[in-house]
Amino acid sequence: MIDLRMIIYAAVSVCWLVAPLFLGNYHTDVLNNIAIYALLGLSLNIILGYGGMFHMGHAAFFAIGAYATAIINTSYGIPVLWLLPLSGILAGVFALVVARPIIHLRGDYLLIVTIGMVEIVRIALVNNVFGLTGGANGIFGIASPTIFGHQINGIVNPKHYFYLLTAFLAFTITVFYLLEHSRFGRALKFLSSDSVAAEGSGIDTSGYKLAAFVIGAFWAGMVGNLYAGKITFISPESFSFWESVVMFMIVILGGAGSIPGVLLGAFLIIGLPEYFHGLQQYRLLIFGFALVAMMIFRPQGILPPKQHTYATDNASEKKVSS
Amino acid sequence: MILEVQNLHVKYGSVRVLHGIDLSVKAGEIVTILGANGAGKSTTLNAICGLIRPSSGEIFFNGESIHRLPAFKIVEKKITQAPEGRRIFGTLTVEENLDLGAFTSKKQDRVKKSLEWIFELFPRLEERRKQLAGTLSGGEQQMLAIGRALMANPKLLLLDEPSLGLAPVLARQIFKTIREINETGVTVVLVEQNARIALKLAHRGYVMELGKIVMEDTATSLIKNPEVVQAYLGGAGV
Repeated sequence: MIDLRMIIYAAVSVCWLVAPLFLGNYHTDVLNNIAIYALLGLSLNIILGYGGMFHMGHAAFFAIGAYATAIINTSYGIPVLWLLPLSGILAGVFALVVARPIIHLRGDYLLIVTIGMVEIVRIALVNNVFGLTGGANGIFGIASPTIFGHQINGIVNPKHYFYLLTAFLAFTITVFYLLEHSRFGRALKFLSSDSVAAEGSGIDTSGYKLAAFVIGAFWAGMVGNLYAGKITFISPESFSFWESVVMFMIVILGGAGSIPGVLLGAFLIIGLPEYFHGLQQYRLLIFGFALVAMMIFRPQGILPPKQHTYATDNASEKKVSS
Repeated sequence: MILEVQNLHVKYGSVRVLHGIDLSVKAGEIVTILGANGAGKSTTLNAICGLIRPSSGEIFFNGESIHRLPAFKIVEKKITQAPEGRRIFGTLTVEENLDLGAFTSKKQDRVKKSLEWIFELFPRLEERRKQLAGTLSGGEQQMLAIGRALMANPKLLLLDEPSLGLAPVLARQIFKTIREINETGVTVVLVEQNARIALKLAHRGYVMELGKIVMEDTATSLIKNPEVVQAYLGGAGV
């Protein structure tokens, strides 16, 4: 079984890697969008999937990373990729400040507060806060990233950008996989299934929840940087409440707490509608039905986290312990 | 005194639950807290281990004030609780549940030792170490809850209704193990509705009513006390 899984993952990865060779620019750009949302989904998955916190304002962190990159790049000419860590840090600091007072809220209460947060951020951007964000028009003329003097232009040549995003995606998957299997990941797993029992067993539940929020935000900020470098023009529209909902759906539909699930979720929610443009006007309708059907028939997501397999007979148990 | 509770008041919102509790526990003792439903027994335990913040009063552990510490810090001070209703992680294995209990200890060999000790106390858990905790019977789940609390090598173990929902024979078995645990030097505070079995095990007991301590004595005197017999031991015969 595990081998079959590995074969499928390998096959999907290879298909993903060679796909741009057979696709035109438009379809490659769709893949780029899938990659961006997969990254956003993975970063939200830390908070929502592992931490079990209903956070529907993830676009706010994405926006802060993108705007930080846009403002600093257009004003001071610092190359976009150099701003990658700074974009993440700014989003992370913002998350720390915002999440600290609300981290103890549960379920629907947290949901409402995070919706408020993302709306406040969007309205601040529209109102050209501190004269920095360019109001409703946004910011034009962000430079494309360059690697070793080679410019990677997301608009003219999406294939180059595809490989930049894919490299970052691979890095992200590795880091988050290690995180999932670390002490930190275990603590989140415990506290999301019973926070009182976890706290009573010596887990600093609010500390770990806050850390999950900050890591998720940090990553979303970095994705914001790559997004700004890709389209070279950003406006508040790109960071609306709806974007947060899309990220939330990717995680929940794909399988909260499961990296392959989130990747599949991003493909289905961002990719499929692009390939069915003929059905444009019915798109949301079909989408809505699909969501309702999912919640009824498979509430744990399409690819939920893998259940452990447990040795039941003595023979295989010995094998495990020796 | 390993544990001193002084004039402890707890409120849930505006509802006052504990009206000034005074408790003291000596090292090596088993102390039981008896009382009817809603008397405040579990609230007292939760206040000691930091899951509820007292509105006033003080709690000292080995002379150190702990009532302002968050729950996870109190675990590091070596006070753990096997909570009411067990609260084990049903979707994790027995072994993973026990691992969680050792979350605060950094030394792997110490963890391994505790695990061996717990399997000695509860051989049933060793047989089922790879099994999902949610598939255990009630008694086994209680063993697991106690085992998890022991993984942090507590000096003070708080047990909330360990006999809840168990067959009498299983309850007796659990209580026998609690004595064994106590004999290794772990101080135990036991909240129980089954007063008879608790008083047989304990050295001393407190009786709570409506958020106050109304009686305090050695277990052997309490078991003979007419009022206790009347209220908690089913009237006439002991």
